[in-house]
Amino acid sequence: MSDMTIAPARAEALPGLGELRRVAIVPALNEERALPAVIDELRAFDPGLDIVVVDDGSTDGTAAAATAKSVRVLRLPFNLGIGGAVQTGFRFAFENGYDLAVRVDGDGQHDPSQLGRLIAPVLAGEADIAVGSRFAMDAAGYRSSRTRRIGIRLLAAVVSRIVGQRVTDTTSGFQALNRLGIALFARDYPHDYPEVEATVMVFRHRLRLLEVPVTMRERGGGASSITTLRSIYYMIKVLLAIFVGLFRRNVVPQEDAS
Amino acid sequence: MTPLAVSIAGAIASFTLVLVVLELIRSHRLRERYALLWLATGLTLTALSAWRNGLNTLARWVGVRSYPPAVLFAVGILFILAVLLHYSTVISRLSDQNVLLAQRLALLEEQVADEPISER
Repeated sequence: MSDMTIAPARAEALPGLGELRRVAIVPALNEERALPAVIDELRAFDPGLDIVVVDDGSTDGTAAAATAKSVRVLRLPFNLGIGGAVQTGFRFAFENGYDLAVRVDGDGQHDPSQLGRLIAPVLAGEADIAVGSRFAMDAAGYRSSRTRRIGIRLLAAVVSRIVGQRVTDTTSGFQALNRLGIALFARDYPHDYPEVEATVMVFRHRLRLLEVPVTMRERGGGASSITTLRSIYYMIKVLLAIFVGLFRRNVVPQEDAS
Repeated sequence: MTPLAVSIAGAIASFTLVLVVLELIRSHRLRERYALLWLATGLTLTALSAWRNGLNTLARWVGVRSYPPAVLFAVGILFILAVLLHYSTVISRLSDQNVLLAQRLALLEEQVADEPISER
């Protein structure tokens, strides 16, 4: 696990990053208020980072806010849900030949200045996917509803057992991936509430996943898409998906999306 | 009382439904989201078929005196109605999205056709 103290807050401190084609995938649903700050912070972290905002059918000025910051915007014609939106970003990254992708949510809860911690192990070849975990150490600053926290813990316990490696935060969308990770997720990515299934998928494809402690912030605006009742529904759905998934020989459908 | 043969046949049939649904999910032919109602159907019918006292009690509650397995039909039909209604909403959403996609595609095609090759 990379040490928090040596993690650089700016990208120039990461050796070798400059030669890579790198992109930030920013899924956003009705985040016109939080999004501009996220984009500014991404640029402050790494001016050489291409930014692509995936507007998941927003009804506010999200796409306009992104365009005003002159970033690439992929506007989905209707709401696909977070899984479909994020996968659009991975497809973009894959088809445009990016070597490294980071995923940073458009609501501002992921702090781009902590991206160095995620990128470092991927850059060093220690992991194919680095995931920012709120619970890997006593990462402070994260508050959430009780049901949601319990859900997150339960899923983490189930997933840890299945993959045989301790995973503390299976619902984190704060990630950095190399080309292998991008290719996998471009080909197959689960649908709503996707990170849990994606974690299992990563291990079944023998990619190396590493958790890195991060702190997450309060959401910068917009409303969380996940209510208590929905958490329960997603929980059942995700557990079903995981258990059925265990009986699959090929996790990914054979036809290729490229 | 429920005849034993009815219970056995009912349990086997409903549990087969559960297995078929699970296999469809496994082979990527059915999304989890659309499988949940079917699984609930299968599991409820399996439980009611296997748990004979439960079926008899439920039958008494709803006023079915002569032939408790009728409740199996009623419950099964209710679930099928729920599944159908759910699918109607899904189809409605899909057809709305389909219209939107066709419109966006037409707009996009018009844009692309207008551009001279050199600008592409």
